[in-house]
This record gives sequence, structure tokens and C-alpha cells, in this order.
Amino acid sequence: MILSTDKSGPFGHAPNSVQKTMTLVLVALLPATLFNIWLFGWPALFMFLFSIASCVGIEALCMWGQGKPIQPVIADGSAVLTGWLMAMSLPPWAPWWIPLIGAICAIWLAKHLYGGLGQNVFNPAMIARVALLVSFPVQMTLFVAPKPLFSDGAPGFAESLSIFFGLVDMDTLSSASAMGFIKTELSRGITVSASMAQTPNLMDTLFGFHPGSFGETSQVLVLAGGLFLLARRVISWHIPVAVLGTILVLGTLFNAINPDRFASGLFHLTAGASMLGAFFIATDYVTSPVSKQGQIVFGIGVGFLTWVIRTFAGYPEGMAFAVLLMNSVTPIIDSKIRPRTFGRTRKGEPLEMTRKP
Amino acid sequence: MKLFAIRGGIHPDYRKELSAERPIVALPMPGRLYLPLQQHAGAAALPLVEVGDLVKKGQILARPQGVISAPVHAPTSGRIVDIAEYSAPHPSGLSQPTIVLEPDGKDEWASLPAPLADPFAVPGKEISDRVGAAGIVGLGGAAFPSAVKLTLGTRNKLETLLLNGAECEPYLTCDDRVMREYADEVIDGARIMAHALGTPKIVVAIEQNKPAAVDKMTQAAKAFPNVEVVSVPVQYPMGSEKHLTQAITGLETPARKLTADIGVVVHNVATARAVHHAIRFGRPLLSRVIAVSGAGIAQPKNIDVPLGALVSEVVAFCGGLVGSPKRLVSGGPMMGQPLPSLDVPVVKGTSGILALTEAEVNERPSSPCIRCGTCVTICPCGLVPVEMASFIRKEKLEEAAKSGVMDCVSCGSCSYICPSHIPLVHYFNYAKGRLNALDREKRKNDQTKTLAEARNARLEKLAEAKRVAAAAAAARKAQSETPAEGKAST
Ligand code: SF4
Ligand code: SF4
Repeated sequence: MILSTDKSGPFGHAPNSVQKTMTLVLVALLPATLFNIWLFGWPALFMFLFSIASCVGIEALCMWGQGKPIQPVIADGSAVLTGWLMAMSLPPWAPWWIPLIGAICAIWLAKHLYGGLGQNVFNPAMIARVALLVSFPVQMTLFVAPKPLFSDGAPGFAESLSIFFGLVDMDTLSSASAMGFIKTELSRGITVSASMAQTPNLMDTLFGFHPGSFGETSQVLVLAGGLFLLARRVISWHIPVAVLGTILVLGTLFNAINPDRFASGLFHLTAGASMLGAFFIATDYVTSPVSKQGQIVFGIGVGFLTWVIRTFAGYPEGMAFAVLLMNSVTPIIDSKIRPRTFGRTRKGEPLEMTRKP
Repeated sequence: MKLFAIRGGIHPDYRKELSAERPIVALPMPGRLYLPLQQHAGAAALPLVEVGDLVKKGQILARPQGVISAPVHAPTSGRIVDIAEYSAPHPSGLSQPTIVLEPDGKDEWASLPAPLADPFAVPGKEISDRVGAAGIVGLGGAAFPSAVKLTLGTRNKLETLLLNGAECEPYLTCDDRVMREYADEVIDGARIMAHALGTPKIVVAIEQNKPAAVDKMTQAAKAFPNVEVVSVPVQYPMGSEKHLTQAITGLETPARKLTADIGVVVHNVATARAVHHAIRFGRPLLSRVIAVSGAGIAQPKNIDVPLGALVSEVVAFCGGLVGSPKRLVSGGPMMGQPLPSLDVPVVKGTSGILALTEAEVNERPSSPCIRCGTCVTICPCGLVPVEMASFIRKEKLEEAAKSGVMDCVSCGSCSYICPSHIPLVHYFNYAKGRLNALDREKRKNDQTKTLAEARNARLEKLAEAKRVAAAAAAARKAQSETPAEGKAST
């Protein structure tokens, strides 16, 4: 019998691992993903699969380039997750080169240039989304109305391939997302309250029958995935509650002050990337604070910036920018906001004696 | 009783069912006993016997050196066959001066100190002296000389003797069995200790996963209104002194202080039983109850083992090993030490011997930290393990110290829970060792400096005195109007 004494305890470990965590996140994303593949048909499926394949491929290339073993890094599932999340934030009928460029930004620029898994400051999927949005504003806001698989008017397999390869003129097919619509209408002088009346009704918004990014239309299914993550303790409530709570409060407050200018809190909560962002993007381990207290501050920041960008900036959706901005202050949050050490004050001094000896 | 919440903690797989229902059995006397001179925290004991000496059971073999030390006694009668270096139950595998005793099979008692007729009538000092002379150390695993911890009452006004029966380490069941089978002895020992400490109150804290022990101890404590038995939540590391104190009293021990500074002294239940034996029967600490468990042990048991018995004998008594265990551990899986081989003795601080299989230890190569923050959430000391580890990896020990690594109790919760299997505690133990060494060095330098300064000051004073004397002499000379000779300046 060979006894090893190379390592101090503990001699036991919780039955968890990075793979298991990543797998749970993927499982949580599955319902919304399947629904949207059905909703947006073959082109969306192609885009989705190519997105993941690009991320995994770029990851393998990066490892190969550094002369490191490829297999263990691919096996941790983080590239798959990045590709998946990136796909969820892209227009469902985006042509092939959009996810490919996104993958290069996400995996090479945002992750490996920073030193690989765990070292990156910015959320890779959001770097991809923002880089694409800034570089290709037209393609990135070409949304299509739902055309469920096998329904009338849905593109067939061959036509879908043409869409995927960018051979179809998208302008004729496009349709605005609700948030983009309100923004354009506002710029034309139409009040928010008037244009709100023309956005999809709440039910359709909740269940996802409306134009939007590939993974963001069905708030109910995304929420279900988020609750699953909470139940399995992959994430804790702190970030999602802080993000959504802040968005709801700000939205409701300003809507009450001036409904013609400001969309309602409920609209903000159920539109765009709110749910996906709160449960799946802002909660990214690597780029969010490690302490619960820090996570609350981070979540409030994300919620606040999201609302501000949506309301005042030129882009209809602000979640990606908000997350990236807060990512940049995560190291500061981590160094300033930390739990109180046992037996010490918040400042780190030993506690006063509660009783004199 | 109102309990207070403690921060963080984990719920490991306890696996106490492997041995919890096994009554304590005595190990048949082995052919040889290996008694290291250092089985306790502090200075090693000094041998009083020579090779060839015949000794009786309970006879002192080595005397303590200094205040923090403990004597070693003969667990049975027999002959001293060797005093030399033998491998010690320590992960380093280094050897240690050890007295080897060959039992003669007669188990003849030496003459023991007379039992105290009424321990409550004598001053506390006498109790702690006797406990010290009996070689009793903390049997929970720390092996700190108990007598020292019984004199804390002279420096502090103490409220509570907290008897630690939490046994929060997975697998270990020895305290559970001792409480179930010897509840009266434990309570009696605790009352004697409380008398020595001058604490009016005794609280026995037992984790809720030991209902039988809670029952038995409650029964045994019924007759004594100042003894309360409390079941505390199952939450590792509940048995950590400062955390248990907080759970029971709500008081948080300030950093770098002892629980005694806030009026609480914590002793282990098995230690209390040893005190009962020492005071009521004059018997020194000759054996201890250990749990032998893990899927790598054929028949897990709770065994009363004479000190110095080899782990190999103990394992053989449990039907041997099954398969090829991955780790052999002395103590619990969370804070225990890996053993280098089976040929090391059971000592006073051994609370268990575990043979753990590959599946049980679930070791994996570590992968990069994903900053999941779980270690921060569960650290019972409110530390940020991920940050400390990253400092230590870069050898930034100063920063690690600022980040609180010296406040870490090495409970192992963070390593246990880390999804990337990063050996966090390993880093912290390394850093603590290095920082302690640096500190000692600094203190030595400071001391040298102070000594040098003192010497300089002395020389300076001397020179000054001479100057004054010379000046006085010169003045006298001037007064007597003799010519100055200029040699008065030495
Ligand atoms: S538990 Fe492990 S992976 Fe998670 S933050 Fe701590 S060290 Fe990093
Ligand atoms: S080993 Fe230290 S840092 Fe890790 S959880 Fe325990 S007290 Fe905290």
C-alpha cells in the first residue's frame, strides 16, 4: 500500500466540480434555448451551434498556441457556456460570421489575453456582444418576428442555410424588438405611453412570442432556468435580486413621474436581456465579486446602469454595457467590501473585550 | 437554552454510521509499546528510566520539562527494551525519541497517588497539579496539557466550563461512545474541572446527530443543577473552541485572545473522563478511546487503545485493511494528519485512525480558480480564502497576513468545498509556518538588539560614572592645589 503524505487535509471533498457547475448552468439554459430554436427555426439552430463550435474551436486554438494541453480546458465546459450565452444574446438569424467574430472577441480577446479561465476581468460573452453591436450595428439589431419551425412561412432547411450564410436580404424580414421600437418611436416624438400600446402584450412578452435576441424572448423560461440555478445553489439570490430589484424600482419610480418619457418597471423587467442578464450574465463567477455583500453592490450597479443606458443612451439595450462597466469595478468591490473577520472589527482591529478579565 | 448562530460552515458527508453503533472494546495488549516523549503540545518529556528497567503499570517513565509539557507513564507493567528514535505519527515521517516497553503480561499496578476523598474540598491548584502529574492532555486532538488550561481561573474570572462533545469531524465516533457509555464519569470529571477553574456553570455541547449521547449525558447531569446539556446544530466546524463558545454564549472571542478572556474554558469530554480517573482513582492517562473507521477498514470499531500501540496492531484488530486505501489519516478527515505508515504508535492526541479509499477522499488535480466565492461564503472565520491563496501563490506573505491568514483556524472547509479542488488550507498552513518562522526570527533579532542596546547603555553608564568620578577627583586635586596630573581620565 502506498501512503501519500504530500498534502495536508481535508481528506474528503464535496461532490462538486467545475464541470458539474457548468453542466448545471447549461441545463438551466436548455428550456429557453429549445423554445427559441423552435420559435426561430433552422437559421437560429445553425447560428446557435456554430456559436458554440466557434468558441470551443477558438479555445482549442488558444491552448494549442500556448503549447498547453487542450483536452482538460475544453472539458471544463466554460467555452461551451460562453458560446451558448453569446448565442443567446445575438439576433436569431445572424449570419455565420457574426458568431465567429464574437467567438474571437470572447475567447481570445476577453479570456486568453487575460490569462485564461478565472483571470479575465470582463464577461467574455458580453465583450463579444458589445464588440459586435458597436462594429455591426445593423446586423446586430436585425430581429425577426417568430417563425416557428414547420409553421407556414418558416424557412425550410435549404433556405435556412442561405440565411445562415448571409445570402438572403434580411431587411425584408426584419422586425424591431420592443425596446428598440420604443426607442425609435421616442426619437420620432412619439411618447413611450403611446408606443407601449403597440408592443407585444405582456403574455407574449412573458412567454416569448415576439422579436428579440435568440435567448432573451421567453422571460418565463429564462426565469425558470434561473430559479433552477438558485435551487441547486449554483448561484445565490444576491445578484439577481439586486439587479432586477433596482431595475423595477427605478422603472416604476420614473414611470410614475412621467409615463410619456419613461417605460414602466414591469416593462423593463420583462423586456430584453433583464432576466437572462440578472440570472445568467451578471452572476458569472469569474467577473463578479466573491462576497455576498459585494455581489449586492455589484447587482445594484448593474441594474442602475442598465436602466440608465436603456433610458438615456443611444442603445436600446443596456445590460451588456452595464455588466461590463461593473466588471471593471469588481476588483475594487472585492478589496473594499468583504466579510468581517471573526474576532475583529470591520476595520480589522481585534474586537474590544466584551468583559474585562 | 438559546443558541447563537455561527457564520458559514459546511455539511460534509459524516459517515459516522460506520462505527457509531460499535461499543468500545479494549485492544489486547500488544507485544511492544512505543511511547514517544512528545505526545503533547509543548516541550518533550525527559526519560527517567533506562533500558533494562522493570516498570509497573502507571509508573512515570518520563517527566515534564517546563510548564507546557506532560509526563509519560507506563501503560502496563513490563521491561524497557529500548530508548531511541522511532518513527512518529507525523506526516513528515521523521523519527522522535521513544521509550519502548515490552509488556510482561502481568499488568501489575505501581503504587498510585491516593484518590482524593473529596475533590471539591481541596484548592483548585491541587486538582490541576494532579491532572498535570497524570499526564492528561486535551484528548480532542490538540493534545495541549490540560493542567495548564485548568489554571486559567487564577488569571481570569471564569463563568462557564464548556465541555466539547460536538465531535464535528466526520467519521469520528469516540467521543460519542465515551458519552454514551461513561456519561457519569464524564460529568463527574467535568464537575471536578469546574471546581478547579472556579466556574459556576458547566455546559455540555453535543451536535444534534448524536441523540443517544445527548440522552445519556442529560440523564447523568440531572442531579446537578449547574450542569446543562445542550444539543447544537450539525455544522462543521462547530467543535472549534471559539465557534462553540459563540454558539453557546453569543460572545465572540477577540482576535488573538483566548476564550478564557471572555470567561469560557473549553475542554473535551474524553479529557473530563481522564480527569475523573486521575482524581477519583489516582490513575494517570494510560490509554484512550479512538475510532477506527473508513471504507478501507474491514470492521470499523471504537477501541480503547493502550498508548504506544502501533497503528498496524489496531488495524489488524479491526480485520485489517480492505482494498488499497488512498490515505491513512490520524484524527478526522478534515483536520487530521496523513500518516506515513502503519508502523507508528497511537499517542495521546490520536482521536481516530482512518483508512480512506479513493472514492472517499475524492481527490482531483486542481484547476484554475473560477472565483465562485463559495470559500468566502462558508469560511467560519469571515476570511476571503481565494484572495489569501492568490497572495500566497505569489509568495506575498505580508499581504496574506494582512488579508488575515493568521486568523484562519485551518478547519479545511474551504478546501473541502472548492469546485476547482484547490488545496487552500495547504497554502494557509504553509504561510502560517513561514510567517511564524519569520516572526521568531524577528523577535530573536529584536531581542539581540535589545540586549546589545542594554549592554551599550550599561557601558555608557559606566563610562559616565568614571567621568564623574574623574572630574570629582580632579576638582579635589585642584582644591588641594596640587598640580593636575592628567591621568585621572581612565
Ligand atoms: S471556492 Fe475555489 S474556485 Fe471558488 S472562489 Fe474559492 S478558491 Fe476559487
Ligand atoms: S481553513 Fe481557514 S480560510 Fe479555510 S474555511 Fe477554515 S478558517 Fe476559513
